[in-house]
Amino acid sequence: MDPIQISVFGVPGVGVLWLLTLVAFGVFGWRVWQLIGLLRRGRFENRFDQIVRRAWHACRHVLLQPRIFGERSIGLPHFLIFWGFVVYVVCFNWALLRGLLPFLPIPYPDAVGPAALFLDVFSVLVLVSLGVAVARRLFFAPPHLHLSFDANLILALIGVLMLSVLFGAGFRLAAGDPGATWTPFGRLLAPAFGGLPAHTAHALGAAMWWLHMTVVLGFLVYLPYSKHLHLLASPFNVFFSGAVTRPLGDLTIPGAKEDVAPGASKWEELTWKQLLSGFSCAECGRCDRACPATAAGYPLEPQQIAQKIKRHMMQTGLAKAGGNGNGGAPKLIGDVITEAELWACTTCMACMTRCAVWNEQIPLIIALRRHLVSEGAVERTVQDMLANLTRYGNSFGKSDRMRARWVQSSGLKIKDARKEPVEYLWFVGDYASYDPRCEEVTRKTAKIFAQSGLDFGLLYEGERNAGNDVRRVGEEGLFEMLKEKNLQSLAKAKYRAIVTTDPHTFNTLKNEYPGNGDRAPVKHYTEVLDELLQAGRLPLKKKLTGRVTYHDPCYLGRYNGIYEAPRRVLRALGLEVVEMPRTRDRSHCCGAGGGRIWMEDKEKIAERPAENRIREAVALGDVPTLVVACPKDIAMFRDAVKTTGAEARLAVKDIAELVADALEI
Amino acid sequence: MNLYVLLKMVPDTVEELNVASDDKSLDAEFLRFKLNDPDEHALEQALLLKEKAGGKVTVVALDAPEVDDALFTALAKGADRAVKIPVEQAGLGTVATARLFAAFLASGGSEITPDTLVLPGSQAIDDLEGEVAAFLGEALGLPYVGVVSSVAPAGGKVVVLKEFSGGMRGEFEVALPAVLGIQSAEKPPRYVPVAKVRAVMKSGKIESADIAPPDPARALAVERMYKPEVAGRAQMLEGTPEDVATRIAGLLAERGII
Amino acid sequence: MSAAILVLAEHLKGAMADITFEMLGVGRKIAAAEGRQVHAVLLGTGVTPLAGRLGAADSVLLADEPGLEQPSAEVVVPLLQQLMNQKQAGLVLMGGTNACFGLGAQLSARVKLPFVNFCKDARADGGALVLTSQLFGGKILSDVKLADGRGIVSVYPGAFPAEAGRSEQAPAVEKVTVPPASPKIVFKRYVEPDTSDVDITKQSVLVAVGRGIQSQDNVGLAEELAQSLGGAVCASRPVIDQGWLPLSRQVGKSGMTVKPRLYLAFGISGAPEHWDGMQNSECIISVNTDPKAPIFDGSHYGVVGDAVELIPLLTEKIKAKKG
Repeated sequence: MDPIQISVFGVPGVGVLWLLTLVAFGVFGWRVWQLIGLLRRGRFENRFDQIVRRAWHACRHVLLQPRIFGERSIGLPHFLIFWGFVVYVVCFNWALLRGLLPFLPIPYPDAVGPAALFLDVFSVLVLVSLGVAVARRLFFAPPHLHLSFDANLILALIGVLMLSVLFGAGFRLAAGDPGATWTPFGRLLAPAFGGLPAHTAHALGAAMWWLHMTVVLGFLVYLPYSKHLHLLASPFNVFFSGAVTRPLGDLTIPGAKEDVAPGASKWEELTWKQLLSGFSCAECGRCDRACPATAAGYPLEPQQIAQKIKRHMMQTGLAKAGGNGNGGAPKLIGDVITEAELWACTTCMACMTRCAVWNEQIPLIIALRRHLVSEGAVERTVQDMLANLTRYGNSFGKSDRMRARWVQSSGLKIKDARKEPVEYLWFVGDYASYDPRCEEVTRKTAKIFAQSGLDFGLLYEGERNAGNDVRRVGEEGLFEMLKEKNLQSLAKAKYRAIVTTDPHTFNTLKNEYPGNGDRAPVKHYTEVLDELLQAGRLPLKKKLTGRVTYHDPCYLGRYNGIYEAPRRVLRALGLEVVEMPRTRDRSHCCGAGGGRIWMEDKEKIAERPAENRIREAVALGDVPTLVVACPKDIAMFRDAVKTTGAEARLAVKDIAELVADALEI
Repeated sequence: MNLYVLLKMVPDTVEELNVASDDKSLDAEFLRFKLNDPDEHALEQALLLKEKAGGKVTVVALDAPEVDDALFTALAKGADRAVKIPVEQAGLGTVATARLFAAFLASGGSEITPDTLVLPGSQAIDDLEGEVAAFLGEALGLPYVGVVSSVAPAGGKVVVLKEFSGGMRGEFEVALPAVLGIQSAEKPPRYVPVAKVRAVMKSGKIESADIAPPDPARALAVERMYKPEVAGRAQMLEGTPEDVATRIAGLLAERGII
Repeated sequence: MSAAILVLAEHLKGAMADITFEMLGVGRKIAAAEGRQVHAVLLGTGVTPLAGRLGAADSVLLADEPGLEQPSAEVVVPLLQQLMNQKQAGLVLMGGTNACFGLGAQLSARVKLPFVNFCKDARADGGALVLTSQLFGGKILSDVKLADGRGIVSVYPGAFPAEAGRSEQAPAVEKVTVPPASPKIVFKRYVEPDTSDVDITKQSVLVAVGRGIQSQDNVGLAEELAQSLGGAVCASRPVIDQGWLPLSRQVGKSGMTVKPRLYLAFGISGAPEHWDGMQNSECIISVNTDPKAPIFDGSHYGVVGDAVELIPLLTEKIKAKKG
């Protein structure tokens, strides 16, 4: 039975199909071209390198979708809907071809056993998945899932498509069509239509076919106007993802001339890849759910950043030329996205780690921050910090000669790496050097290194802030200046490896300073402690007992994948490590990153990120110690313990303190 | 408006200050210089006036360590001209400095027009001989008001607010041309990104003023410079914050305050 | 007979400022050592009643005319020059305050005598005068010698005792006429700070916050502490500049001068401009993370520590003690 052999108001079926097809493909093509045109108006960025690696990455993440499985209730359903879609697209194009060119000696897909089977089985699987998806939206929608009419319409359309195939099979079976044999579910449905006269069943079968084709063609037209654009855009988004070719922690702006790295003040000043984020975003809300700023009540919602840029781009980019000129056009920063949103980001990377379409929210936010910095539109406290960093090379406003003062009170003689060669160059960092809250830990770390016989030295006054947070605040020029000064000092020193206290320092030295990765490995002090303990160079005087929980610092964990070394250290000390619910790459940021430790809270905050994390630790019940491996974490969490009144229940300790305890230093 | 901002580099008190072995000057070994704070405000005020009333901002400085940084930063912030008078500032003293600036302003390199405002910072931490602004006003024969915290153009004059004590301020109307010692600008000094300053360092230019140094003798000869003896230092309370809080509460109870 | 000494009296809104008495005191000291005369110069509008307070001087040179409220330097400098000639004065003492800011320098340029700023100590040495000035925010002192005891001196407020300049005696008052001038600087009016808020000069307990409290939120902690002590919160200039507290709470040279029974300074470094405003407090307890902070030099008690940590603890202890 050939559904194409009908006529509609005297027009042969083929003609109708051609008409519908041409219109649908035409509108679809025109719209897609329009959208591509918008992307082309953005700045160029070279993401066309390492094609093979990119293809592999895309295959893995588009076809297997491991990130979607991160949220269990929707993981499998979405996977099934996706693969169902793949099968249906193939079969649709097959059927369309056959329908448009009826003289082709090929059968329809539903007349070919395996194809019919796939269609049949997937129709049920997809319907069940849709049921889960709808139930999720109706009854247990996670926060920040965009419950739009658009989304519901799409679910409904997919449902219609599945049902049309199922029913089509059922009708054909009821009409006695022998072709539909490998359709178990269709077969289940057929008896319901047993009472229909054969020609009616036939006609209904054909009607189902037409319904299916028309809905798909309609969907094709609707797709580039809806959130389902992510179907088209996200595979490219994943393919061109930055994480394939560069480490996450490397925000070097490709092709920037010297240190004049422009920020973006208009959507056209963003790169095509950044603009693609808006089209790729499936409005799922995973980023918002992961974001510590959103949870705390700051105005930032990462999903909205991409969405707002998209809407703004479409609104202004597609507006009729010569309408009302540029006089009333909303400004990207200020009207569309507020400054408060941009400054609220801690650059913790939670959003990017969870995004199912691999959007790059953080570099986007930083590009906009760069513009604010170039305009001087930074708040007072941040200005003061930047001025201190420019002048003194540290954010504390203290003389650079005071950087290594802590050495005096440690009672140790520590080598000057500028004067004699050392094996490990210890790049201490601002907070560990200048903040009185962290000084004790720094001293202990020095003593631990000394006791293990580690050959280490400092740059003393030659060290400057490594610049990680300066770059993330958007001050590229200052970052370049600090980097240059540090590279000069490093060039004078002789060392075989670098060890840092602060994960932020670790990140930028490892990923953003040229040559470090190849020539001298950069390690975090927890890695070094781990190695020393494993090599037996730190024989413990006593075993520590008890339960502790460990907070994975953003720049150590999510950014650089170091989760196990600190845990091994703790276990080697004899401690039992109890994991918080949000562990490893789900760790909840303390709120200090992205320059936020220099900023003030102007709005009323529901609960600061650090307080939220402390409550999580306290909720474990009988774990009295929260272990950290970052000086900023020490500062943030000790304050949060006080403000949440948890002093009696939780102590915050650095790993170095615990190791020192075990060594009885 | 024709605006001149006079910049002075002063020792940065973040570093420890020591007296040199001659007992009459500062030990230069670890001495670093930074732009006098009120001068930064003077520059900001000048830029604000230029934005409000139009005109030109010229920054002028004597030769001192790190003064080029300050001049280029001023250009990056929006100043139109930067001029360095090639006479070393160190050892000059305020009176001679004022005379030099006066000579510059009277020279061919600049001019005092009816809409000229000269804006030095109100004072500096090493003004043993007094404030540059006051001497400058006298040398140029122009009216002078110091400790100014707001300047508004009004016809051919300016209306300024001068700070007194107790948070009170006085409003004065000053005829132009004039010298105003700026204590603080109406807005905090703006931020200029490092990249812009570095760009200006490459593309911008600091002019040199051709001035024969008038008598650079100091008005005052310093007999001796020394660090104050710290007499009567506080009794320090030691211990954990908990302990200290308890002790202080105890002290207050003893004194009948609680 | 050595040259006479002129002291420019300072007053604001009908009250004589302490600096006037401080200057009279040191003027008298120098005069005694050298047999010089001390004349107080009192200018203003409606200031005649104040003349009687200046008994420590040998005479009061009074100019009370309309339009002399906040007289411009264009009026004062020629007048002082005239008086210097009249009385053969070779030494003029002025207050290192905002009110007569710059006057000394201008006068010094006009009469071609040296000007000495930030003067904290003065002693006679033969016919010469040795003056000690503080520089660099108080970190360095310098001694300068006026060989013939002649010059214009800006006296640092609070450096000399005010008591030495007070006197019950009625001084001889001499009226002087102000030379006519058409000044280019015209005083218009006073701009008061918003006093709908607390008057910190009247508080007996002040909790002062400086940069070291780190953020605006912590001001609330200070408020609680102040409340528990029955006092008020005040601040140093950086905090006011940030907008965390209104101008009426500023303590220092450009702010209020306070003399409470208790001054708790949290996170304040002790720069001279702030010190000016609170140095005479009865009991000063300071908390700062920097052991070298100048505030410790003049405080009665000091703690090297984190103000943000200590404030709530202290509030707790005080509430406990009060029962």
